[in-house]
Amino acid sequence: MIQLEYVLIISAVMMFAGVYGFLTRRSTLAILLSIELMLNSTDINFAVFNRMLHPEGHEGYFFALFSIAISAAESAVAIAIMINIYRMLKNISVDKLEKMKW
Amino acid sequence: MDYSQFLSMQQEVSLLAVILLVFLADLFTCGRLERGEACALSEANGSTCGCRFRTFFPMVLLVLHTVLNLLPWCCEGCAQVCSGKEAFGGMYQSTPMMTIVKSVLNVGTVVVFLMAGNWLKRAENRIKENEFHLLVLFTLLGMYFMISSGHFLMFFIGLELASIPMTALVAYDKQRYESAEAGAKYILMALFSSALLLYGLSLIYGAAGTLYFDALPEKVSFSWLTVLGMLLFISGMGFKISLVPFHLWTADTYEGAPTVVTGYLSVISKGAAAFVLFTVLVKIFGAVDFVGVWNEAFFWLIIASITIANLFAIRQKNLKRFMAFSAISQAGYLVLGVMDGTAQGMTALVFYLLVYMAANLGAFAVMNVVEQNCGKIGLDDYDGLYQTNPKLAFLMTLCLFSLAGIPPFAGFFSKFFIFMAAFNAGHHLLVFIALVNTVISLYYYLLIVKAMYIKKSDAPIAAFRSDCGTRLALLICLAGVILFGLAGCIYSYIDSFSYGLK
Repeated sequence: MIQLEYVLIISAVMMFAGVYGFLTRRSTLAILLSIELMLNSTDINFAVFNRMLHPEGHEGYFFALFSIAISAAESAVAIAIMINIYRMLKNISVDKLEKMKW
Repeated sequence: MDYSQFLSMQQEVSLLAVILLVFLADLFTCGRLERGEACALSEANGSTCGCRFRTFFPMVLLVLHTVLNLLPWCCEGCAQVCSGKEAFGGMYQSTPMMTIVKSVLNVGTVVVFLMAGNWLKRAENRIKENEFHLLVLFTLLGMYFMISSGHFLMFFIGLELASIPMTALVAYDKQRYESAEAGAKYILMALFSSALLLYGLSLIYGAAGTLYFDALPEKVSFSWLTVLGMLLFISGMGFKISLVPFHLWTADTYEGAPTVVTGYLSVISKGAAAFVLFTVLVKIFGAVDFVGVWNEAFFWLIIASITIANLFAIRQKNLKRFMAFSAISQAGYLVLGVMDGTAQGMTALVFYLLVYMAANLGAFAVMNVVEQNCGKIGLDDYDGLYQTNPKLAFLMTLCLFSLAGIPPFAGFFSKFFIFMAAFNAGHHLLVFIALVNTVISLYYYLLIVKAMYIKKSDAPIAAFRSDCGTRLALLICLAGVILFGLAGCIYSYIDSFSYGLK
């Protein structure tokens, strides 16, 4: 059986890879992917904690399911906005999203 | 399943009924595809009935909903109702205080709808008029669920229900680039913050094995895992309230969003998040060790928010951007009530929210009506406003004085109460720093007053008559700014329902 620590390390690495990607990527789609990585790492956490530490209930599984659904909804809205920006700028790099600053 | 449980969540059910009715009404009025043109045509013919109906119907329903749910139904004989109620096995909880906060949000939303009337009549917004109403009501429903949640899953769903439609509202002006950019910045930050918050929740779940608010206080023990979870939770909420290290999206989003939406964003969503932060921390992390940690965190967050936002506000030239930084520093004052989680702090927080709502929405109503009539939002454009539109300039001045906290207005009393709560909890240095910052904030609020009254302009904003909706909104805000401070019964009424650690 896989030990708890290994799975937690994977989810922590996913989380911080996501944070790194969020801070360094230039394309908004890549940023969205990084955020998905972060959200999925939390889903792994919930499922693993439920399976290994608290097998008496299903709260963790349900939380993971709901958070998958909600993050899908958020991504849909985010991509809709990106498409709108692409129509105006023909570009979705964050370097171009700089009309308003300071 | 016991369906009578739905009766205990009367406010949510009532708001849901409003949403459904607005949705159905939208389907059946102005049924043609080119609804915008249809309205313009019928208006030209003098028969504006159907289009008026589309504007007033959501308004009337929301007012009805607000009045029905204004005060918690609390009588002598029913002690159970007064102490709070639960439904769905503790998933949903409601206390009279939550009812009061929801009423405050309701009134704010009514004012926003009143402000929005003129803006929604524009040709490009005609076709999506009711989308605005629906999205606003959905975010309001999300905040209700967030406020009344008794489980972190419910809390998270409420949070997202409040922030996803909010993004659509920020990006509402589809043809305007700034609006889309603001929407993109808002949703990326919202997603990032909710990912952080979720990670924190997963750590808390791992440590405690449950996410029910009722069961959590016994199960969470003080360990690095739970403290990390709590800090991630605080930072996730910090993004929503826009406290300083997490405030980077605020100014851009506020500037790009339509002015009405900015007003809504700066008051309603911020206030709901601050109140939820208070209740969750008090309920779950009330143990002494935890209180020490979050006090330390809030100490630095508050100092940074108030000071940095004030310094940035001084150099702003765009009024919406200016109000964004003002809102960040006001959020710092709001969170001052969270320190130590006292009952007095909760009263002060809700009262501050109420007064801040009146003053800030009043200022936004003036900015909105000026922008709608001549499209100007810069600080320099307001030069000489007093010569052309004396009433608007005067109202704006009252609202700004209330925001700054000058004595006869409500803002002074709300600041006083919140300082008193923090002072009684023993945070003397923090209160001193906050006091110094009110002087700085007075300086930059007076910059606008100076522009309106003293500075001369070659091309001042032309005189115009504002529409009925805006007038009504301004009247409500004016009444709030003056009466909330003088009527002491409001504070003591809120105080009778507050609860906290001490």
